[in-house]
Amino acid sequence: MNKPVQVQSVDSGCSDDLILRERGQREVFCGLTGIVWLHRKLQDAFFLVVGSRTCAHLVQSAAGVMIFAEPRFATAVLQDRDLAGMADCNEELDRIVNELLARRPDISTLFLVGSCPSEVIKLDLANAAQRLSVAHHGRVRILNYSGSGIETTFTQGEDNCLKALVPELPEQSATVKSLLVVGTLADVVEDQFMRLFSEMGIESVHFLPPRRATELPAVGDGTRLLLAQPFLGETARSLLARGATLLEAPYPFGVEGTLGWLQAAATAFEVSAQRFETVTAMPAARAERALVHYRELLGGKRISFLPDSQLEIPLARFLQRECGMHAVEVGTPYLDRRMLVAELDLLGGHERLSEGQDVENQLDRLRNDRPDLTVCGLGLANPLEAEGLATKWSIELVFTPVHGFEQAADLAELFARPFTRRERLRFRSCS
Amino acid sequence: MQLTLWTYEGPPHVGAMRIATSMEGVHYVLHAPQGDTYADLLFTMIERRKKRPPVTYTTFQARDLGSDTAGLLMKSVRDAYERFKPRTMLVGESCTAELIQDQPGSLAMGMGLPIPVVPLELPSYSKKENWGASETFYYLVRTLLKKQADNRPTAGESAESAKARPLANMLGPSAMGFRTRDNVEEIRRLLHAIGVEVNVVAPDGASPEDIARIPQADFNICLYPEVAKTTCSWLERTFKQPFTSIVPIGVGATRDFLAEVGEIIGEQINAVMVEEDCSRLPWYSRSVDSNYLTGKRVFIFGDATHALAASRIASEEFGFSVVGLGTYSREFARQVRAQAQQLSLDALITDDYLEVEKAIAEAEPELVLGTQMERHIAKRLGLPCAVISAPFHVQDVPAQYSPMMGYEGANVIFDTWVHPLMMGLEEHLLGMFRDDFEFHDDAVPSHLGGSSAGSEPEQPTASPALAVAGEAGSDPVAWAKEAEQELRKIPFFVRGKARRNTEQYAQDFGLDTITLETLYDAKAHFNR
Ligand code: SF4
Ligand code: SF4
Repeated sequence: MNKPVQVQSVDSGCSDDLILRERGQREVFCGLTGIVWLHRKLQDAFFLVVGSRTCAHLVQSAAGVMIFAEPRFATAVLQDRDLAGMADCNEELDRIVNELLARRPDISTLFLVGSCPSEVIKLDLANAAQRLSVAHHGRVRILNYSGSGIETTFTQGEDNCLKALVPELPEQSATVKSLLVVGTLADVVEDQFMRLFSEMGIESVHFLPPRRATELPAVGDGTRLLLAQPFLGETARSLLARGATLLEAPYPFGVEGTLGWLQAAATAFEVSAQRFETVTAMPAARAERALVHYRELLGGKRISFLPDSQLEIPLARFLQRECGMHAVEVGTPYLDRRMLVAELDLLGGHERLSEGQDVENQLDRLRNDRPDLTVCGLGLANPLEAEGLATKWSIELVFTPVHGFEQAADLAELFARPFTRRERLRFRSCS
Repeated sequence: MQLTLWTYEGPPHVGAMRIATSMEGVHYVLHAPQGDTYADLLFTMIERRKKRPPVTYTTFQARDLGSDTAGLLMKSVRDAYERFKPRTMLVGESCTAELIQDQPGSLAMGMGLPIPVVPLELPSYSKKENWGASETFYYLVRTLLKKQADNRPTAGESAESAKARPLANMLGPSAMGFRTRDNVEEIRRLLHAIGVEVNVVAPDGASPEDIARIPQADFNICLYPEVAKTTCSWLERTFKQPFTSIVPIGVGATRDFLAEVGEIIGEQINAVMVEEDCSRLPWYSRSVDSNYLTGKRVFIFGDATHALAASRIASEEFGFSVVGLGTYSREFARQVRAQAQQLSLDALITDDYLEVEKAIAEAEPELVLGTQMERHIAKRLGLPCAVISAPFHVQDVPAQYSPMMGYEGANVIFDTWVHPLMMGLEEHLLGMFRDDFEFHDDAVPSHLGGSSAGSEPEQPTASPALAVAGEAGSDPVAWAKEAEQELRKIPFFVRGKARRNTEQYAQDFGLDTITLETLYDAKAHFNR
């Protein structure tokens, strides 16, 4: 384990495909982080982490100052008594859940979220969820998933959460053909896509997660899946198992990605080429126009991605092909090829692709490469800035609406801002 | 299990990180899963530190659990030693690693590294951040002073002949402490003014070599008991170094602190003279403008050191009425209880955010002094708030010199506490003159930045009872239109009280609507 850097060729049969695989210290949040955006989307859901003070501290640090109200997430913090067997963990959990549900009558779905400690002590949350579901039958649906750092990185938490919803989806009758968009999208973006699909004549369109956990979409043989995020492999596989068909497409970042993504749906629903063109031409052209300015700012600049959000590959594709940037290294926590077929085809192949992480080695390479911009996690950003390397926090990419035509320029702007800032600021820091 | 919405303190290994990050030449190898690396951002984002914390995480994964996590730990120790060449290494574990029982400390000790290795065992499921910082600092100091301790020398002995002025160590200032950078500077100046030189400041900025010089000082200043008290007690026992018990926050405490230092070094210190020159707080509090501060109801919650200091300053130096006092530092609950008792209050000792929120709502304060959590609470209740203690956000690490300690600290405290009250005042003035032609309903208090509050005219700023009434399940009493209008004519600075009293009256007399009559009946009732 934890082998030094090694370059391996992958067994895909492509000799030019060299991937740097690393196993060492990772500097990535765990899947619990997803709670921060999932709870904002699922407005009637509550996320109860069963874990330690560390887990509570992580979620709160990732959420930052964004939340003033009583949040719809909390941690059941394990105590010495629980571990020493003085208290029965299951009884304790039941007590806390009862307390919580009494306090929050507005909650329709409760997620018990597993953590490293709960997994190491083998606390069976699936079992607990079942038991509690019976107890609270008719009022609250209780599900479980793992957001633990030993099982998941950063955005994988969303994958596990959505996967936990899949068995709950009603069965769709075999004759119905519908489109299911999977992945958390800002409401405004969802509405934009909804309009485009309906203009194309695709009427039955649903989103997972829905805005309310009580409004779960149906799934069946007629379901066509369109993934809005590249980190939802497990959810996709579960949906396939329920009869759905995956539409292969790039992800809807930038004009090209959005067009390709919509095209996949159009093809599946037999939308005529002409109609597709009519519907997409205007917003695509508008997005193109908005991007011109950013292409000037970003063109020719070199960018590196540290492995973090799993959005690295689609974003590198967008920045290279639509903004004229050069990707130096594109790191990703793990490479799920099946989910990235269309993206990898578009990527270019000149960038250094790396999977996994050994943060110290990675930083050595970064200092050596000295890209104009580095996309990284919050812990690394200021130290890199202090070394003179401009950065962009990857966490913003999952908190900000960046999908679709209308957001293409906003997405570019996120990467352009550090350059604009550097241009404006006249003085370097003196210490 | 304990249901936790927000936590005041992180886990104990974050406390250990605070010690490592404060110091030079120290590296911390932490047996922990990848998610635990979030803790780096506390230092690099909130404190805007330019360097990553000197921490190597083993980031073991599920697939490692069955095989050799101990091997992974040893590899991490070796790699970290090779790469960072630390002169002292801390080795410990976070909550998850504690469960798999690899004993990282002893493993590392057995590796024969040519540097001191301090094994840390910080129980994650019973202890918290400040305790972790305190223990880490203590074990680190003990380890590095082991040889000297065995020789049993006494304080100041080694340098006795060469030394002209008394020497003191300043112990406790650390990363993620409240205003550490400026407090150290301020106390250094203060000590200089009375002829005391600073020997070592630790952990902030100290190297292992600095730690080794600690015994050279005559005494220790325990600047932050949450982190340094255990160490100071040990140094007293071992090296006969006395230490200060008073934390110099506020004019009175600074004066007492100086007197205590004087006692230790056997000199009279004319604190009053120093103070006249250095703090504007006493005069500002006596100036006529501050009449409106007198008797303001204030709720205080924070770590023990800052809560204790704030309650003294509030009552003795501002003339406020302290209506609530509490802390999340259970280790220092006794002191806080004693102080609360003096103020005829029951101390709130808890780390349950909901309990604090409830207590604040019930106390109906006009100002909240707390942590970032209380800032959230105060915001919800529409109350002015100043942050006086960790945990804090990036905006509580100001660019300008802003100590809390010493006489300049007292000036800073005056400004930071009065500021939110003045802001509230501005808001009220707008409300008061709302019918004047220059002030229309859409006018927004300038500090709200022009965009937000326009749509919510006249929030019940002084009526927390109303804001939480819904939660408590009791129906709030309704206000008749003309009574509400009459209430607005009452000067803003007593309006909140009038509203509270009237509602109380209506409730006591079982009225469900407050009419004009009720308003004046209540006034007469409470005038008695
Ligand atoms: S992306 Fe291209 S090079 Fe890589 S495996 Fe697929 S086809 Fe081969
Ligand atoms: S990595 Fe594990 S222990 Fe750490 S915060 Fe995430 S789930 Fe909790």
